[in-house]
Amino acid sequence: MSLYNFGLEPLSCHAWNKDRTQIAISPNSNVVHIYQKSEKGWNKIHELTEHSGRITGIDWAPVSNRIVTCASDRNAYVWTLKEDAWKPTLVLVRINRAATCVKWSPQENKFALGSGAKLISVCYFEKENDWWLSKHIKKTICSTVLSLDWHPNNVLLAAGSADLHCRVFSAYIKDIEERPGPTPWGAKMPFGEMLLEHKDCGGWVHGISFSPSGDRLAWVSHNSSIGVADAPAGKEVTQLTVEHLPLLSVLFVSETEIVAAGHDCCPYQYSYKGPGNLQFVKKLDVPKQSSRSGTSAMQHFRNLDKKATTEEDQNELDTLHQNSITQLCIVEGPKSKVNKFSSVGLDGAMVVWDFKVLMGVINTKPGVPSRRKYVI
Amino acid sequence: MAKNTLSSRFRKVDIDEFDENKFVDEQEEAAELQGPDGAEVESLLRQGDMMTAFHVALRNPPVNTKNAVVKERAQAIVLRVLTSFRSSEIETAVRSLDRNGVDLLMKYIYRGFEKPTENSSVILLQWHEKAFAVGGLGSIVRVLTARKTV
Repeated sequence: MSLYNFGLEPLSCHAWNKDRTQIAISPNSNVVHIYQKSEKGWNKIHELTEHSGRITGIDWAPVSNRIVTCASDRNAYVWTLKEDAWKPTLVLVRINRAATCVKWSPQENKFALGSGAKLISVCYFEKENDWWLSKHIKKTICSTVLSLDWHPNNVLLAAGSADLHCRVFSAYIKDIEERPGPTPWGAKMPFGEMLLEHKDCGGWVHGISFSPSGDRLAWVSHNSSIGVADAPAGKEVTQLTVEHLPLLSVLFVSETEIVAAGHDCCPYQYSYKGPGNLQFVKKLDVPKQSSRSGTSAMQHFRNLDKKATTEEDQNELDTLHQNSITQLCIVEGPKSKVNKFSSVGLDGAMVVWDFKVLMGVINTKPGVPSRRKYVI
Repeated sequence: MAKNTLSSRFRKVDIDEFDENKFVDEQEEAAELQGPDGAEVESLLRQGDMMTAFHVALRNPPVNTKNAVVKERAQAIVLRVLTSFRSSEIETAVRSLDRNGVDLLMKYIYRGFEKPTENSSVILLQWHEKAFAVGGLGSIVRVLTARKTV
């Protein structure tokens, strides 16, 4: 697992470019920084400054190499790279409250934007007038839309919101795409049609994710629970209560394995094998082996004098992240078999988690830390 | 103009009430059906059967109603059962509950904290410690976020 600290400010959101050599992050401000990977770490190469409000969402389309950003200033910009500089294009999202999250669709011809105006704005590019237009989905949404995810068929959109519901809508735009075939979620999909509404997820739905095939939908909500809706099984919902603090972000890493992370600063793995069968697998953060090389008597008494304790510094958390994890993102591997995923958090750190390493560490026996007697 | 010559009655209107998309909680059910059976719990306590009294008291919680009387009655019954347990038996009682039961117990414990009496806080804290060991932080978060309170 590699950890890189981007500074003291919390990272609100992040997005990777296609080959994962660049990362776009926002340090809780109205600016997006783009960093380039180098041998020693990350170098800042671009700064995107067009927003006047705090940036709440970034998404980087891998194939078309466009970045979409949204902020609390009720705007969204689409950035294209021209001669080594990113040029913004304003998108008319027509919302009167802050935007909260944004996601490119799988084919990158449109993107969805969630907002505090109790609606989702689906935006697409209209070639005739050379601008971005938006269509609104408002039906039955009673509060802020907190999270979005696209179905692989480029039409269905899942939204988790603060009114304790999670919904699946159709975002089919007939000007730019063909009619989609039927899916286990439903057959008729005009724009704005609601194909699933799960009431009472227990709390604000912070994170939502479709499985690689699109047949299942997982979400995490503020009452420390994780839920999965299974379309082929009659849209049956399975919920599991979690013993930790609420989770904020969820990701399917294969058709059955789910990774979720949140205020506990640590990613957890869950497994969904069918309706009623959602289980906790393991904690993915291996605690640091505290290296206790022998303490000299001098140090021992010095600690006692200065801090009135002989214990080691306990100000750090056991986990890699020192504060809540706000967002998870796939780094390597196809959606059906993710090898690496990244997490960013309020501590300003970005960690790339590697399943191969996690498997290796858990399989080997932990070494016994050597203990030396006091040396006088 | 210094003085507002038009009526300012509009300032007292709560505009959010008229929003058609306003979030509303689900409707409540009939109040009589809610709440554990006080008489049954009393008789079990007299017989000394703590565990069964405990389980009966946690049955049928008044979560779906907003009727304060029903909730008070249920709270009193549960508190009575919780205080009649010996400290050593608390752990076994908590372990006999399933996940939802632990969450429900936590809700009653926090409700009990709201109105402390002579001895109640001490006992409730002991219950809290054992319930926390089983339910973890998640069970406390669920007490805070639940819209259907006990």
